[in-house]
Amino acid sequence: MMEILQYEFMQRAFIAGIMVAITCPLIGIFIVLKRLSMIGDTLSHASLAGIAAGMLWGFYPFWGALIFTLIGAVAIEKLRKTFSKYAEISNSIILSAGIGIAVVMIGLAKGFNTDLMGYMFGSIAAVSSKDIYIMGILSVIIILSVIVLHKKLFYIAFDEEGAQVSGVSVNFLNMYLTILTGLTVVVSMRIVGIFMVSSMLVVPVAAAIQTGQGFIKTTAISVIFALISVIFGLVLSYYFDIAPGGTIVLLSVGILVGVLFIKALRKRK
Amino acid sequence: MKYMENIVLRGEKISFSYDGVKVLKDCSFSVGNRDFAAVVGSNGAGKSTLLKICLGLLKPDQGNIWLFENSIDKFEEWDKIGYVPQRIMNLNLGFPATVEEVVSAPLHTSKKLKNLTKNEKKNLTDKSLEAVGMSQYRNRLIGRLSAGQQQRIFIAKALVSSPQLLFLDEPTTGIDNKTEEDFYKLIYKLNKDDGITIVMVTHDYTDIKSMVNRVIQISDGGISDKIHKDEDGDKK
Repeated sequence: MMEILQYEFMQRAFIAGIMVAITCPLIGIFIVLKRLSMIGDTLSHASLAGIAAGMLWGFYPFWGALIFTLIGAVAIEKLRKTFSKYAEISNSIILSAGIGIAVVMIGLAKGFNTDLMGYMFGSIAAVSSKDIYIMGILSVIIILSVIVLHKKLFYIAFDEEGAQVSGVSVNFLNMYLTILTGLTVVVSMRIVGIFMVSSMLVVPVAAAIQTGQGFIKTTAISVIFALISVIFGLVLSYYFDIAPGGTIVLLSVGILVGVLFIKALRKRK
Repeated sequence: MKYMENIVLRGEKISFSYDGVKVLKDCSFSVGNRDFAAVVGSNGAGKSTLLKICLGLLKPDQGNIWLFENSIDKFEEWDKIGYVPQRIMNLNLGFPATVEEVVSAPLHTSKKLKNLTKNEKKNLTDKSLEAVGMSQYRNRLIGRLSAGQQQRIFIAKALVSSPQLLFLDEPTTGIDNKTEEDFYKLIYKLNKDDGITIVMVTHDYTDIKSMVNRVIQISDGGISDKIHKDEDGDKK
């Protein structure tokens, strides 16, 4: 395995992958516990629109993804209040708008190119130093935010009304969590691809929850599961020349199945 | 009457409607320090709505709530307030949280509580678990406890910030009769021995009639606020 680290592009892929493996579960745990698993899908479609805009008008696609994802995050929260009795509608509206804008822009740019495919399905060769730099800054923001706010975010996820009564700024933190989810999508899209970001937010957490631990331990286990999936996924992707996004996600699904299997075996005993 | 001298909760001409349907009309009431108040009324009368207005979770169309003589808009000492929701309705049994994590959650909210040291927070959590007789379950997952035990944990969570006013919203929903009896004894003890003011929404007033000293009855959107008995237990 060590010989693949002599290539600079693989070093960048591993650095990027480790950032994904840490940030996705840290945000995913709150999304899953708040039953908002769809939000990753929605924001990744908004980021696709931003990438397509960048490619069409010739600016760095990361900026496009960042701007569109943040707009999408704010819009989801606003729409959730407008459709308070059908909160999930807000996700469908932003997802539709995102994919609609992306398709129109891709059409105007005269179709797909290799770079766009890389963003959609993940790529180990395409991660540039500039990408790493931006991903690093976003990852630091995400990790520090979770370190500072995790107790309050936990309280909101467990008992939103109770948290509000205790004086927690629930509306602000819900909005901030959605924005952090948007940032996580942008961090992850280069390696796992837009279409699979949502899986990385949800699947390692789903597997960790099945281990039956408390909140802090579950979060730590989900990061470990994500790290295993990303590291082995990148190695397999390199040796078999397959898309890293799909490989990483399949490995994390494999871990989930393994955990469920062990749990079922224990129950029988 | 001592309890009228020190009002901790006051509702002033509260009106509230859901989708144009008036639920509460011009409701005024007050709860004194160390009172045990029951909020009673038929299903859909607006009991839980009134409680949520008192907690600032819903905004009334008209009127105002006063907590410890402060208008609710300006009230900041939320650590003085404890809230026990309807357990069964809200709890996700698969939630990955230990009893200790749940009970200590409010200790990381208000500025005053956040400044406590780790040890002080642990002591408050221990004390709170002890008060509800659940110390031995601190590392257990909340979803693996019985309904009655979960409700005790919710009370411990509400007590951890040492509140002076405790709101409970139909806390015995889905709990068997024996557990319900123990639960009421615990609430009564918190009121009598620890001096915590209790405001409890209940659909079955008969079970706690002997414990309460104030009844806030909601019917047809209006309120009658009666002192049921004085502090020595004599009925009025």
